[in-house]
Order: sequence, then C-alpha cells, then structure tokens
Amino acid sequence: MIALMEFINFYLIPGVVLGSIYALGAVGITLTFGILRFANFAHGETMTLGVYFTWTLMQITPFHPLVILPASMLLTVIVVLGIDRVFYKPFRASPTIMVVMASFGIMLMVRSIIQFIWGVQLKGLVPGIQRPMLLFDSLRISPKHMVIIASAVVLVLAIHLLLSRTKIGKAMRAMSDSPELARLTGIGTEKIVMTTWVVGASLACAAGVFLAYDTHVETMMGFKLLLPMFAAAILGGVGKPYGAIAGGLIIGLVEELSSYPWIGTEPLLNPGYKAGVAFAIMVLMLLWRPSGLFRGRVF
Amino acid sequence: MAVLSLDQVVGGYGDTQILHGVSMHVDEGEIVVIIGPNGAGKSTVMKAVFGLLNLSSGRVLLDDNEITNMPTEMVVRQGVCYVPQTANIFPSLTVEENLEMGAYVRNDDFRPRMAEIYDLFPPLLEKRKHPAGTLSGGQRQMVAMGKAMMLEPKILLLDEPTAGLSPKFRGEIFSIIRTVNNAGTPILMVEQNAKQALKIAGRGYVLVDGKNKFEGAGQALLDDPEVGEMFLGGGSHKVAS
Repeated sequence: MIALMEFINFYLIPGVVLGSIYALGAVGITLTFGILRFANFAHGETMTLGVYFTWTLMQITPFHPLVILPASMLLTVIVVLGIDRVFYKPFRASPTIMVVMASFGIMLMVRSIIQFIWGVQLKGLVPGIQRPMLLFDSLRISPKHMVIIASAVVLVLAIHLLLSRTKIGKAMRAMSDSPELARLTGIGTEKIVMTTWVVGASLACAAGVFLAYDTHVETMMGFKLLLPMFAAAILGGVGKPYGAIAGGLIIGLVEELSSYPWIGTEPLLNPGYKAGVAFAIMVLMLLWRPSGLFRGRVF
Repeated sequence: MAVLSLDQVVGGYGDTQILHGVSMHVDEGEIVVIIGPNGAGKSTVMKAVFGLLNLSSGRVLLDDNEITNMPTEMVVRQGVCYVPQTANIFPSLTVEENLEMGAYVRNDDFRPRMAEIYDLFPPLLEKRKHPAGTLSGGQRQMVAMGKAMMLEPKILLLDEPTAGLSPKFRGEIFSIIRTVNNAGTPILMVEQNAKQALKIAGRGYVLVDGKNKFEGAGQALLDDPEVGEMFLGGGSHKVAS
C-alpha cells in the first residue's frame, strides 16, 4: 500500500503533469507541421517568451499566474503573428527547408532577445515551497500539480471542441490532411494559418507557464522541451492533434516511470538519463511505425 | 448556352508552355469528356479553369463572366467545383465533415443540401460518422463528388475519376457520374477509359499536344476511325484500359 502510494505520489502524478505540459506544447508543433508543413524549431522559444511575459505581468500585478495566463497568451500570440508576418509569410511558397532554417534562426533570435531583456539568472514564478495536500491519508498531491492537471484538462477540452465542433477547427484538420485539396475546396489558407499560430502560441504559452509554475523560470526552458515535444508529435502521428496529446502524455509518463525501482530497489533508469527516454521513443517509433499512433503524415 | 467556355487558352507552369490554344465549352446539363494521349494537357485544362495555372492568353468564361486567372478560392465561390484524381477527400475527417468542408464557402444553411446528397448516395448516410479514409474506393468517390456538390456548383470538373480502379468499380463510378449529371449538374471530365466515358458523354474533345485535335458527339468520336485508331486502342470492339 505504501509502495503504491509512493508510486502514485512521486512517479505517476509528476508523470501526468509533465505529460500534460508536453501534450500542450506538442499540439502546436504537430499543427504547424501539418498545416504550415514545417518543423518549427522556435516553438520552445514561444513557450519561454510566454513564461517571461507571465513573470513580468506578475511583477506589476498581484494576481495568480493562472489569472494572468490569458493576458500573456494574448501577448505571445501577438508576437508570434508578427514573426509569421515578417519571417515566415515571405517563404510560404518556398521549399520547406528554407522555412525550417528560418525557424531555427528565430529560435536563436528570440532566445537572445529574452536573455538580453530579462537576464539569464533563474527566477521563480511563485515564491516559496508549497506543502502538498494530503488526500485519503496518504495520497499526496501538491496544489500546484492539481492546478496544472485541471488547467491542462480544460485546455485539451477546448482544443477538442475547437477541432471537432467549429468550422474553422474542422478546416484546420482538413488542411492538415491535405493542403492542396483544402485550397481546391475554397478554404482560405491564410485564415487557417493564422488560427494555427493563435492556437499553437496560446498552448505553448500555457505549457511553459505550467512548467515554470511547477519548477522555475529560465531562458533555456522552452528549448529543453523541444525534443520531447517533437517526440510526442511524432509518436502521435505528424499533423494529428489528438495524437500529439496522447504522445505527450505517454512520453511524460514513460520519462517519470523509467526511474521507478521496478526491479529491486534501485531506479530502473538513472534519472539523469530521463531526457534520453523521449529520444529513444522517437527513434523506435520512426523505425517501427513512422506514421505514428494516429497515422499521421510521413515525410 | 455555355456554362463554361475556354477560348484559345494558352498557358503553363513557369516557362513551360503546356496549353497552346485550347477552346471548349460545356452547355447546360451536358457531360463533356476530354481524351487524349498522356501529356496532352488534359488535366492542365482543368487547372487552367481553376486558377492553378498562369494563362498568358485566352479567356475562361463562366456563364459569360470572365474568370481567367481568378484565384482558386474565388473560382470556387463562383460555383466551379473540381474533384482531383487523387487525394480528393479528407481521410481523417468523417464523411459528414467532408461534406461540411465542401460547403465551406457557403454561409447559409446547407443542411437541406446535405440531405439531398445523402439521398443521392445512400451509403454515405450510413457511414456519415466514419472517417472518410476508412471507406471503400467507390464510396470515397461518392464522398469526393458529394463534397463537391455541396456548393450546388454550376459545373463539376472531374479529373480521371476511374483511374486505377478495377473494371467493376469503373462501372460504378460512371453510374455515379450519371446520377450526379441527372440531378442537374453539367460535368467536364478527363478520362483515360475513353470508350466507357464517351458512351456516357454527350460530347468529347480530343486533345493532342495542348491543342484541340478533334471534337464531336460522344458516339461520333467512338465511330471515327482515326480517333479509334489513335486513342481507343484500335478496333472499336476492344475496351481501352
């Protein structure tokens, strides 16, 4: 019983938290991949930017990060739409590789600007350590984690409603399926592209803020998430938002559970190798089933 | 009166000229077939109508309104729908969502139209909640055409609707095409299976090297010895494949 509680408290819940963060980030990556047809290396920096907007707003207002989140999402969206306008739009008809390189440049640029403005030292989003709440005597869950998981559920539900109930959401899926046919169907490409950036940047901002809320604020945080997010998108199937959500959760869980002492008393995998788990899953998936769990596009 | 007409259309991609003066027209209620050897520019004609090609001269008219070089989205809004040869459905969207996307540029209530399409293609009603990618070849073609018809188009362009299908399926597709046409939509189609296509077509055009070579009633083209020799696989008793 104690072992089970320990498993839930220290492995399963952190796994779900991490997985939710990956999932929210991966949705943006997979949508950009499916609709704009390029791997957006700057997606991690979008997250970081959202986090710094939130941090700044928290310095000047007394509110909880969740209350501030919509405002920082909006700021992030504005910046990302500006970046699209200036850097990506001129390349819309160019070969993919040019846009990928452009995103690589933007990644470096945005990160440097963040470091220039806010400095490179660690910051905390919320001060102090929160005591975990005890539920049913031994289920220990920190309020932070509850907030993150609940907010992630709300956001995933919102994505689901957008994609399955609204005209623009269905058009996004259609365009992700086949951009050429979408065009022949009269679906206005630019409008869908804008919506994709809005959705991707909002979710990236949220994912970043959740991570910062759970850990701390630093300029490399988004970049460190890039690999697991790509792994999640590939695992789920490129261009498949539901796949990215599933992929994110799976990778988050596997990363955390990999250091559980499944055999004997030592961690199965030294926690130092956690980051390698996403990479291993990505490679195995590409070998075994490149189209991913949800049959996405193969490049 | 011609619903769609092309007048001495010249154009291509970049510096490559593919169409060297193509003229054709489709009248109210007609099925018109374009046949010709590979590389004659058959599919390119459709792309020319659809704003996917740069036309250096000539005109494309829809109901006497000029749509030459109009952007694709606008051509769709004018009431021209195009079913490409491949990738003509959204596989991960359900059948119903595919039809909804067909009506994307409509802002009015398209439910009655959707009901009509389900009446036309009963199997789709049964499968409406299924992802379109899971359907059989014939049913996918129904989705593709149903999707295009959601706009109540003035004309439907079909690019090789039977390419790669078995003879049994081909028959099914041709009967779908006839159904659609009987419901009042004029059709312009490119078809490899020239014989079968000419049988259901009112008229046909033979395109060679991006130019009109022959034109005439479907049966007349079938009976023409020269056309038969060149494009229908010799003796008129054999079915071209």
